[in-house]
Amino acid sequence: MSTTISQLDKVKDGPWSGGKSPWNLEYGKIMMWFFLVSDAFTFSAFLIYYGAQKFAQPTWIDADKIFQSVPGIADSGQPLVFVGIMTFILILSSVTMVLAVEAGHRNSKHEVVKWMLWTILGGILFVGCQALEWSHLHHVGFWFGQNPATGLTDPAAIATALEPYFTKEISYTAALQFSNLFFTITGFHGFHVSIGILLNIIILFMTLNNTFENRGTYLMVEKVGLYWHFVDLVWVFVFTFFYLI
Amino acid sequence: MANHDHTLDTHDAHAHGEGLDTKRIWQVFGILLFLTAIEFLVALGFVHHWGIVQKGIALNIFYIVLTIIKAYYIVAYFMHLKFEKKSFIVCCLVVFLFIIYFIVLMLLEGHYLLGDMNHQPVFPNK
Repeated sequence: MSTTISQLDKVKDGPWSGGKSPWNLEYGKIMMWFFLVSDAFTFSAFLIYYGAQKFAQPTWIDADKIFQSVPGIADSGQPLVFVGIMTFILILSSVTMVLAVEAGHRNSKHEVVKWMLWTILGGILFVGCQALEWSHLHHVGFWFGQNPATGLTDPAAIATALEPYFTKEISYTAALQFSNLFFTITGFHGFHVSIGILLNIIILFMTLNNTFENRGTYLMVEKVGLYWHFVDLVWVFVFTFFYLI
Repeated sequence: MANHDHTLDTHDAHAHGEGLDTKRIWQVFGILLFLTAIEFLVALGFVHHWGIVQKGIALNIFYIVLTIIKAYYIVAYFMHLKFEKKSFIVCCLVVFLFIIYFIVLMLLEGHYLLGDMNHQPVFPNK
């Protein structure tokens, strides 16, 4: 008599039956993705609250009027120019990061070093530009919990102080909410960029130290690259919602 | 299935089959730059300087669509998600349905607050 194996006792050999890596991704890379998904939730919450406030206020700051300075060149009259430069820098540094990852695939150490240096330079330039933008806004009176009319009690004086930043009606509360949300969201993004620069510098030194050469894989460059692209991705949204809309 | 039997020791570029070559990277950069340039042309030229286009819902939808296209190129190509396994892509993206729901909820809520809870003084602009 031949023994028959029941369907249930058969050894399963599908991709999810254990012993394999069904996604064919390294653990750290998967965890970086999941962290970025959760971080995307944080940024979404911030930006959605910005939208909710905008819907809840009868009027809002006009982005064309508040972002008009190009530090060192013009104090006013140039909307979008400076943020355009910042956006260009960040997209470019994202490209140099992919090029570093690509060089890592070919185990080309000197190219990884070259592209990582460009990426770090781009990051530092971006944070520098953001610092200039912040200091300009702070200079005209915007800050956390503060706008140019803070401290004034006379309605006419409040309206005059805020008049340059509005196209429609003027609201102290709207200006305050804008100020808080602008500094919180771009601050949180700038914090991410700063951490990214730090990670990039660490990766650069590990590359120079032959750590990845000895490991045989530049996978770590890819993981930090994911984070760096995410920072660029967030900026694409921040740019749209703060500067365009 | 035989092609699931790669081990992680396999070099990443081979494991993912189609990697990004330098040419493709610069192509994607060109697309991102082009889309951003269009945004600037519209915002700075058509809206601000020449006054051809008025600000409003239609323009905002236009900006948001361009933003989502840019986001697609960054996530799909720069972050390499397009070349990962289907189940991983779904795993990372399906949760954003909640974000869409959250957007709808919060904007409705904001709109409600505008009508029913607005006690802030508003000054006319000259």
